[in-house]
Amino acid sequence: MSKLGDDILKLLRDAGPQYLKGARDTILLAVVATAVGCLIGLACGILQTLTYSKNDFILKKIIIRIIKIIVRIYVEVFRGTPMILQAVFIYFGLPYLTNNSLRFDVITAAYVVVSINTGAYMAETVRGGILSIDKGQTEGAMAIGMNHFQEMVKVILPQTLRNIIPQIGNNLIINIKDTSVMFIIGYAELFAAHKAYVGATYLYFPSALVTMAIYLIMTVACSLLLRLWEHLMDGPENFNLATTDSLALTSGMNNFPRGRGRRAR
Amino acid sequence: MMADLILSVNHLSKSFGANEVLKDIDFSVSRGDVISIIGASGSGKSTLLRCINLLETPTSGEILFHGENILDRKVKAPGYRAKVGMVFQSFNLFNNMNVLKNCVTGQTTVLKKSKREAAENAMKYLEKVGMAPYINAKPRQLSGGQKQRVAIARALAMEPEILLFDEPTSALDPEMVGEVLSVMKALADDGMTMLVVTHEMAFAKDVSTKVVYMNDGVICEEGAPQQIFGDPQKEETKNFLARFRNTNQAN
Repeated sequence: MSKLGDDILKLLRDAGPQYLKGARDTILLAVVATAVGCLIGLACGILQTLTYSKNDFILKKIIIRIIKIIVRIYVEVFRGTPMILQAVFIYFGLPYLTNNSLRFDVITAAYVVVSINTGAYMAETVRGGILSIDKGQTEGAMAIGMNHFQEMVKVILPQTLRNIIPQIGNNLIINIKDTSVMFIIGYAELFAAHKAYVGATYLYFPSALVTMAIYLIMTVACSLLLRLWEHLMDGPENFNLATTDSLALTSGMNNFPRGRGRRAR
Repeated sequence: MMADLILSVNHLSKSFGANEVLKDIDFSVSRGDVISIIGASGSGKSTLLRCINLLETPTSGEILFHGENILDRKVKAPGYRAKVGMVFQSFNLFNNMNVLKNCVTGQTTVLKKSKREAAENAMKYLEKVGMAPYINAKPRQLSGGQKQRVAIARALAMEPEILLFDEPTSALDPEMVGEVLSVMKALADDGMTMLVVTHEMAFAKDVSTKVVYMNDGVICEEGAPQQIFGDPQKEETKNFLARFRNTNQAN
């Protein structure tokens, strides 16, 4: 037992800063890529729910069809292939195919890969979230003259967002762990720090334990923050009567519950 | 007084697959009309109302709004809907917004009013329906009757030329029906043009200027409320009203 303690102390003394830097790069990549992925997912969600009616012009129908097919292909390809190979494709494949005219540096490539991978998952999550919103919300928005975009941004997506926060949390936590595959293109995050230290010292188990603990701290912290966000989005459980407007209490032409209004004063 | 025609529906039909729900409907709405559409469930009342607001696309026929056919593909549905308010059976208030925001958001996004102007306008109508004290409440914190009154204020805040009501009291507990009906009656007294699909026969009889009885997808009979309720001409109308009286007595 004391051997493990000694090894961990030695690790923290010798390589503590590298682990912290790795943890920082891991969390940065995961948070930014999840956020960008959410935006991609929301955009795809809007596009996938575009509708046309029989009366619309033929060009509009064709464009909507094509947009939906493109979104579908994007989702299926990036959800259906391993992220590690997507990283290879973006980092090595693009320069290879374009004769080096299109190439990303390691950091940009990592952010791009994780973002569009998350976006593909989020697109489906958002689509599910939109489907779960009562159709009456859409009709209410249409009835006051909103177009599809206004209706989505003002009414549907805010409610969708609230409902999919648990799934966003899932994605964030998966990303914190899965960004470790970015070592394939040489992105130095927490897992890379672990591998480097192990390679130099052969202290495999103590390093794995420390790395695991750091991952766990990051994921638990994220899930606590997400719970807080959910709570904030729900708003206060109670509301205050706006009783400064004393006219309203008497000018109401019908029997709304006055008793409740008085008590809340 | 020469009637000022707002809306006229000509030869309107609507089918869901092989099921023809509306058959060759003709009728018109003039400014200040309060038209009650009555009839049994499944007679096509709600579908007619939803067609008028383009929530359903009619299969054939035309709907003229100030002489312009809104079924023409050149006419943009959102712009038209902004001028035609709709109150739903299930309220359809925006769950992510409080009462005030529900009444403001249409004005700011669709009519491009400033936030302040929109809020002042919203307050005017919220006061009218007696919901001004509740501006900070979310829809889930309100009773059914309160929600429906907010929904009416939301529709009014758009200052529509005509207001459609799709069974506005059918989802309410009996003790809340009165508060919604009294708001609607006050609107009618103010001269609002209204088209009301309802099962509230007392409202149809006392408040409306015209009653339309629908049966099996067609307008079976229409006329002044005194005539429809006092001296119905068609056999179907008589039967329907008799059935209604019987169930009311049974209650």
